[in-house]
Amino acid sequence: MMLSKGLKRKREEEEEEEVVEKETLTVDTWWLDSGPPTAQAPPVVASNSLFDLSVLKLHHSLRQSEPDLRHLVLVVNTLRRIQASMAPSAALPSVSSPPPAPMETDNLLASSDAALSASMAGLLEDLSHIEGLSQAPQPLPDEGPPGRPIGGAPAGLGALDLLGPATGCLLDDGLEGLFEDIDTSMYDSELWAPAAAEGHKPDSENGLGKEEAPVLDEAELDYLMDVLVGTQGLER
Amino acid sequence: MLLSLPALHLQTSEHHPLFQLPHGRLGPWCSPTGSPAPLSCEAGCGEGSWILVCRLLVPTQVSLLSMEEDIDTRKINNSFLRDHSYATEADIISTVEFNHTGELLATGDKGGRVVIFQREQESKNQVHRRGEYNVYSTFQSHEPEFDYLKSLEIEEKINKIRWLPQQNAAYFLLSTNDKTVKLWKVSERDKRPEGYNLKDEEGRLRDPATITTLRVPVLRPMDLMVEATPRRVFANAHTYHINSISVNSDYETYMSADDLRINLWNFEITNQSFNIVDIKPANMEELTEVITAAEFHPHHCNTFVYSSSKGTIRLCDMRASALCDRHTKFFEEPEDPSNRSFFSEIISSISDVKFSHSGRYIMTRDYLTVKVWDLNMENRPIETYQVHDYLRSKLCSLYENDCIFDKFECVWNGSDSVIMTGSYNNFFRMFDRNTKRDVTLEASRENSKPRAILKPRKVCVGGKRRKDEISVDSLDFSKKILHTAWHPSENIIAVAATNNLYIFQDKVN
Repeated sequence: MMLSKGLKRKREEEEEEEVVEKETLTVDTWWLDSGPPTAQAPPVVASNSLFDLSVLKLHHSLRQSEPDLRHLVLVVNTLRRIQASMAPSAALPSVSSPPPAPMETDNLLASSDAALSASMAGLLEDLSHIEGLSQAPQPLPDEGPPGRPIGGAPAGLGALDLLGPATGCLLDDGLEGLFEDIDTSMYDSELWAPAAAEGHKPDSENGLGKEEAPVLDEAELDYLMDVLVGTQGLER
Repeated sequence: MLLSLPALHLQTSEHHPLFQLPHGRLGPWCSPTGSPAPLSCEAGCGEGSWILVCRLLVPTQVSLLSMEEDIDTRKINNSFLRDHSYATEADIISTVEFNHTGELLATGDKGGRVVIFQREQESKNQVHRRGEYNVYSTFQSHEPEFDYLKSLEIEEKINKIRWLPQQNAAYFLLSTNDKTVKLWKVSERDKRPEGYNLKDEEGRLRDPATITTLRVPVLRPMDLMVEATPRRVFANAHTYHINSISVNSDYETYMSADDLRINLWNFEITNQSFNIVDIKPANMEELTEVITAAEFHPHHCNTFVYSSSKGTIRLCDMRASALCDRHTKFFEEPEDPSNRSFFSEIISSISDVKFSHSGRYIMTRDYLTVKVWDLNMENRPIETYQVHDYLRSKLCSLYENDCIFDKFECVWNGSDSVIMTGSYNNFFRMFDRNTKRDVTLEASRENSKPRAILKPRKVCVGGKRRKDEISVDSLDFSKKILHTAWHPSENIIAVAATNNLYIFQDKVN
């Protein structure tokens, strides 16, 4: 009985392997000169490893100070395709139109999808806010007034929180690990009201905390901008 | 016309150290053997026969000497120049472009420098030297910058260089990094004025009270000097990374394209540009496509095309509206269902788009193919050429190591009959549109002995590998040829392989 069960499983695995072979992550490193190829991941998680790889790439891309937009967009689109194929029943609006409806299931995949889209959306939105701020001297009509309150930023960056717990295997210690080596001494000034740090993780580095502060008022913003930009003021 | 140059001097400014060739005309840009003779070779193969004219090594950053440096430092730096295996990442060539006559060849590198080579003039004494390119001018075009507002470093890497057609004795080119476009003037000076009244020969001011007679300053010949000066700086107009610039056929305007926008500039005006394409969605969450390349039509100053990361090309007419968000033509090939995979979109992303010289066709490069489109047919290309289809089964690995995101360029020859593009392992491919024949050649030091034949290469896909073939698994993916250029009228090509610039010539020439 046990033997026949074992045999049956093996056949199914083989079939699955054939089906996903085309997309299977070839983990052999034949294009590098180093070492023997590592063992192939078990077929049942073959697509998962491609998914994981894509999430890893997305992570890496998002971590760049200025992400390569083309790379980012291509990885995200590929990730959505993979998600759609892995969970075809659950692949609904989440794939095509953000923000996705929250997934009711508790599996890692679904929550990753929601978190992913949200964080992706949030980060792109955030990018656009930051870009907007830097457009001050530009004569062209731009995306929203440059004077848009920095309160817009927290929504985007705050979404980074989701990346941590959702893709737990990648960021076991949440956001702390992400910002460990940022030197924040320049931010340790009373310009950044203590109130600004409320509601965020106490260990969260000030560099991120300050930008997430929703209570930074416009006078302080003006002051900061003047300091950073010199005599250039933001157009209102 | 031009004298051989004993040394090259640049106009000193606070930003640009003087550069001086330490020795000889070819200086450090010799073949590894040190011999200045051109590496010519013979006999044929496939598509005409290509010979290596010269291999030029872009000098390391260390070699940019200032006049004030002492002798010892200069000696140390000279030894760097001779050590051909020493190359910093700053030396990686990031763009190559012939000017409109083919007399000049410009390269830009990751370190923000532009090096211009000039073609050796034909002379009775040294007929065999013709076709060789030597350094004409080199200057620091872009410096690394820091955006304080975003806390970001702006790379100084030169993304593109485009020449302006020559209208007087000076040469003009546009060079751009991720954010700023600059117009450079490269001019020669072979005379200098002497005999000033108010200055003495060393340039010191004279006390006017000591001047008893007046004289007229005269121009006296001097050693030829090539100066590069920045004439215009077009900044602060791009939020995202500039990927293309294109000079309009009216020679008065040009465009610069980043991931989401295209701006139109007038050469004379630096504080304003017109936004002509904007694909930024209102909600960045909805972003699914970026602009990857853009180019003006060679003859119609109102027409341009831009390509996208989804494999589409849009042709726009600026007469239709001020903002060309609605295209006039939309070129897209339907996806082949049998080739569908998770990576379909990535490999369909167009990395380069080029109008033919005639203006009738456009050529696009995506990851695995080069396609030629007729402007009058939008639903599919008229020709498709497989560059390295053997990689189709390796897409997953190439995705993992990010090679799948490599952006290869493509070029037309002068008569639009042959197209060329690069590949991996220092291979580059040429496709003859008329005979439908193609050839794979290699640009590498090991395989380009002096007077050796440039042999066609072949990649073996299946089991049995013939003697000269290379198996797919042995390809070196770190050696990629992304940038190539073809002389506008002759069969001379420039191929950039990391920090090396190879110049090949058709033997028949």
